[in-house]
Amino acid sequence: MKTSAPVALDHSALDQLMPLHVLVDRHGLVRQVGPTLAKTQPATLMPGRSFFRLFELRRPSVVNSLEEVCAHAGAKVHLRLRDDARTPMVGSAVCLSGGNGVLLNLSFGISVVDAVARYGLAGSDFAPTDLTVEMLYLVEANSAAMEESSRLNTRLNGARVMAEAEASSDTLTGLKNRRVLDQVLKRLTGRKVDFTLMHLDLDFFKRVNDTMGHAAGDAVLQEVARALVDETREEDTVARVGGDEFVLVFDGIIEETRMTTIAARIIARLEVPIPYKDKVCRISASIGMVSSPHYALPTPSQMLEDADTALYRSKARGRGCFTMFHEDAGAGGAVK
Amino acid sequence: MHGLINRTIENYLCDTYGRKFWCDVAGRLDAGFIDFEPMFQYDDALTPAVIDLAVQASQKPREALLEDLGTYLVTDPRAERVRRLLRFGGVDYVDFLHSLDDLHGRARLAVPDLNLPELEMTGLGDGSYSVACTSDLDGFGHVLVGLLRALADDYGALAVLDHQGRDGGREMISVQLLEKQFAQGRSFELATKAVAK
Repeated sequence: MKTSAPVALDHSALDQLMPLHVLVDRHGLVRQVGPTLAKTQPATLMPGRSFFRLFELRRPSVVNSLEEVCAHAGAKVHLRLRDDARTPMVGSAVCLSGGNGVLLNLSFGISVVDAVARYGLAGSDFAPTDLTVEMLYLVEANSAAMEESSRLNTRLNGARVMAEAEASSDTLTGLKNRRVLDQVLKRLTGRKVDFTLMHLDLDFFKRVNDTMGHAAGDAVLQEVARALVDETREEDTVARVGGDEFVLVFDGIIEETRMTTIAARIIARLEVPIPYKDKVCRISASIGMVSSPHYALPTPSQMLEDADTALYRSKARGRGCFTMFHEDAGAGGAVK
Repeated sequence: MHGLINRTIENYLCDTYGRKFWCDVAGRLDAGFIDFEPMFQYDDALTPAVIDLAVQASQKPREALLEDLGTYLVTDPRAERVRRLLRFGGVDYVDFLHSLDDLHGRARLAVPDLNLPELEMTGLGDGSYSVACTSDLDGFGHVLVGLLRALADDYGALAVLDHQGRDGGREMISVQLLEKQFAQGRSFELATKAVAK
């Protein structure tokens, strides 16, 4: 095998090719450091100091002499600067002929971003073949792109929350709409939670609309909404499902006496005359109710239908009253 | 056109002429929104339409407006990020000029669907360079003139730049470098504190 003649490189050539090199003599003393490595510790990393006092070898481990470094020549060397930051570095070592010491070429490896900031390094501190600057460019460009992405996500999420709130409420009264009611009923029946469903229809509302105008009608609906929210708890659901039709869901309340008390209270509240401009509007309400324990397997559609049946019994009874639906007796049971 | 480009133009107009000026432009653009979303793609026709409306509203020649946009990208603190990403291109102005050919590819490394103009730099010797610019946006060469002139200042170099008109589909720019290190340039730290921390 033919070997080519050794290449002689002077110090400035080494500095140019490997700005992060360190040349160690046979006694383990640093003879020369590259210009960029010199910037890491200008005061202490001076030629003449012991290599092992300046660097802590991490891998291969238990290497404390130059002979051992030479024995591992060719392998990747992991070390740390013995400074406050204990800056990690990687490198490779080459033994000089005639046992004249070791040449190590180093790099900051993955800790390069920190090292560049810590030592105030510039693009000119790296060899043109070194991709450090390209990597820093990518880190910065990428974090800029990520920042824009996450800002976009935040904006979109805000828009989504707003759209959901708009889609789930009735614009006139601010009550929940049919869509939300369906979700609530599906969730309650699915989780087998006991509850009572109340179907409420305003009485004499059409008369208000016809005699006093739609603006008065709207004012009445808003007042009704306020009253229904007042008379229910936070965990209950109040939905407007038609012009003057409301469905209320009482989460966890199934005792008939409690429900009849609530129904009577709501009707009494809605019968309080509602002032509109210089007049008053008088309405009332009819109610039909049904509780989930009446069914082996309650379904939203069956419960809505039965509450509706009970509601029409109330209407037939002369309005302004409530009816509890009982499966055995049809729409009978408690009345006002 | 990528939202990043449109949003950059929007930022320039907002920062230079005020928010109201931009809202008027956006209103006349009538695209159904006020602000461009930086990470969206938009119809290519919107960008020249925005430029035309801004030219009308500012009563500034189109070339001058585009050149100002280029200057803004390098000199305005609110566009500092663009200046920083450009400065990664080279350790000095000449090194930077040589990196122009990579600009298109560099941008794509960060944002794969960002289609920046393609630039081709030719050294003519004696400190003379020519830059050929191929862009979807007619007149981008003027943006480039403003940007390259401001970057010469940024690096501390003294250079004379000129838009040479069109050569086929490309806009041609001449750069005459008079002095490589004329003045102390603005400082550039490779790694920012925020990244380092």
